[in-house]
Amino acid sequence: MEILDSIFLNTKKIFLDLLGCWLPDWMILLVNIGIIIGVIAVLGPVIMMYLTLLERKIIGRMQNRIGPNRVGIFGILQPIADGIKMFTKEDIIPQNADKIVHFLAPVLMVIPALLAFAVLPFGRGMIPVNLNVGLLFFIAVSSTSTICVFMASWASRNKFSILGGMRSAAQMISYEIPMVLSVVPVILSAESLSTYAIVEAQARWSGLHWFVFTPWGLLAFIIFFLCGVAECNRSPFDLPEAESEIVAGFHTEYSGMKFALFYMAEYMNTFTVSALAATLFLGGWEGPVLPSWLWFFIKTHALIFVMFWFRGTLPRFRVDQLMGLAWKLFLPLTLINIFVAGGYHLISDRNFRVAGASAVLLVSFLLFTVFLNRKYMPEKRRYDLVD
Amino acid sequence: MMIPLEHYLIFAATLFAIGIYGALIRRNIIGILISIELMLNAVNVNLVAFSRSTSLAPETGQVFAIFVIAVAAASVAVGLAIVIALYRVRKSVYTEDIHLLKW
Amino acid sequence: MELLNLAGIAGVYTLMLVILIAAVAMVTLRSLFHSALALAAVLIGIAGIYLTLQADFLAMIQILIYVGAVMTLIIFAVMLTEHLSHQTVRQNNRQSPLAIAGICAFLFCLTGVIVRTPWPLQPQNQTATITAMELGKAFMGQYVFAFELISVFLIAALIGAIVIARKDK
Repeated sequence: MEILDSIFLNTKKIFLDLLGCWLPDWMILLVNIGIIIGVIAVLGPVIMMYLTLLERKIIGRMQNRIGPNRVGIFGILQPIADGIKMFTKEDIIPQNADKIVHFLAPVLMVIPALLAFAVLPFGRGMIPVNLNVGLLFFIAVSSTSTICVFMASWASRNKFSILGGMRSAAQMISYEIPMVLSVVPVILSAESLSTYAIVEAQARWSGLHWFVFTPWGLLAFIIFFLCGVAECNRSPFDLPEAESEIVAGFHTEYSGMKFALFYMAEYMNTFTVSALAATLFLGGWEGPVLPSWLWFFIKTHALIFVMFWFRGTLPRFRVDQLMGLAWKLFLPLTLINIFVAGGYHLISDRNFRVAGASAVLLVSFLLFTVFLNRKYMPEKRRYDLVD
Repeated sequence: MMIPLEHYLIFAATLFAIGIYGALIRRNIIGILISIELMLNAVNVNLVAFSRSTSLAPETGQVFAIFVIAVAAASVAVGLAIVIALYRVRKSVYTEDIHLLKW
Repeated sequence: MELLNLAGIAGVYTLMLVILIAAVAMVTLRSLFHSALALAAVLIGIAGIYLTLQADFLAMIQILIYVGAVMTLIIFAVMLTEHLSHQTVRQNNRQSPLAIAGICAFLFCLTGVIVRTPWPLQPQNQTATITAMELGKAFMGQYVFAFELISVFLIAALIGAIVIARKDK
């Protein structure tokens, strides 16, 4: 199993040793960087393509039908057909649109989505760039996609686009705050900002030391995951781009390759947010029998399956319910979570700290959902049927 | 890979000068605010360059720069709130149209 | 390795040049939205400059706060107050030649001062990498008073901004 675990690293090392016979040292460094960049540049879009197929098949099964199955066996070549369709569609630009900004918006949307792949630990020793501030890099880079939403909506010169763009941007910045704050207990407990070090801090006893098995970790995981779903503008938070609401919001006026870039950015965001949730809370590449990169993909795809499940099952939120959830429920809970995690870290008696943390978090959750909302709850309606 | 301190300082001074030019030239109030942001960023670069080269503790400049970022963000927030309130009343964001208190 | 060092230094100077070009574009572009986007480019470039000064935590904070939050505020304000038809309105007042002359004189004096001062360089700081832990210790140690004061300041700014921008009932 050790051989399978480091098969990719060994392959790269053999290849670089082979090249080292006739190339100078600094060029070996550049080839190393080039291989890593090439792998991510290929992996990102390929994952995105097969995620679209997976989503259609899973949602199809939930709706009691088979997904696409015509193009290849089980529809394997369907993403390629989609890609050909998007490449060859006509690229329509509105006449009054701001041409440069209209062109740049989808391009600049894909850049943060791809950059976020650089700090995900895909396996034991397989992280593309081991930054000291890896987690902060991920959060910073994914917060720059708000400007691209504004650019896309403003350059289209369409009132519905601007409205949808502002709603989408408001949603993205509102859900960024609980997302960042819910990660702080993890940083506190792992004592490092590097994603690799966070996975190593969970790798002590196989399976029981993951952060999700602590009270503050469970709450932080749920909040982080839901905020991640909201950041990707997916159901049930997809009011700004739902077709029955506002005709696709900020990407209404885009067609062809530019729309494909927006689509690609959304699915790559889905993958990176799930991968980061698996890394921070579920133990990353850590697991008993199988190779490390396989565990990473299994955990990530389990979370992606939950995201597709949300889309197939839940209705979407209204815009005031969306904002209320972020500001009134998630934000106070994450702040209390930081205190509870600090207390958990300091107290060393295991039973007391689990019970105390769970009690405090449960009471505060009930406070913010039930007790403080008594005034605003709509009263129960009675429908008297005529006999 | 060392770049001399003076080059960073001249770069920061040029950026600051461009910021002052923008703050003096612009008619739009939001344009003046974003030029002020440019000036604050030039000052930050200056602080970090100094703290790496000439200070006794290398993290002093970065702490100071984080404070400047926080104060700049707060000032932009309040400034833009004032601009929006002004737009609601005077229906214009150009500096020539806001002259009620001029003699 | 010499070639990589040279390429690195050339890259830093190119980055500085690109930032200056973006800053000039920011103060001279006619459309306010384009100026705001040029400011976003300048801010990302300055985060790159922080990375060359070995301040990686500060660079990430710069991107997160400035590009993620402050630019969003500025673009919200631009979108709320700009009419879509005012594209060809003149956006600088008549003081342009005087301002350029004043700025050039200012820059000339400042550059002269910078080049002539004997800066007391401390070589041991050149290779120190500041991690988040040392910044945290500085915040909670020597600068704790300023840290608490700035949290009060931020709450005051938050409440003030909400009160000023609220619609009168």
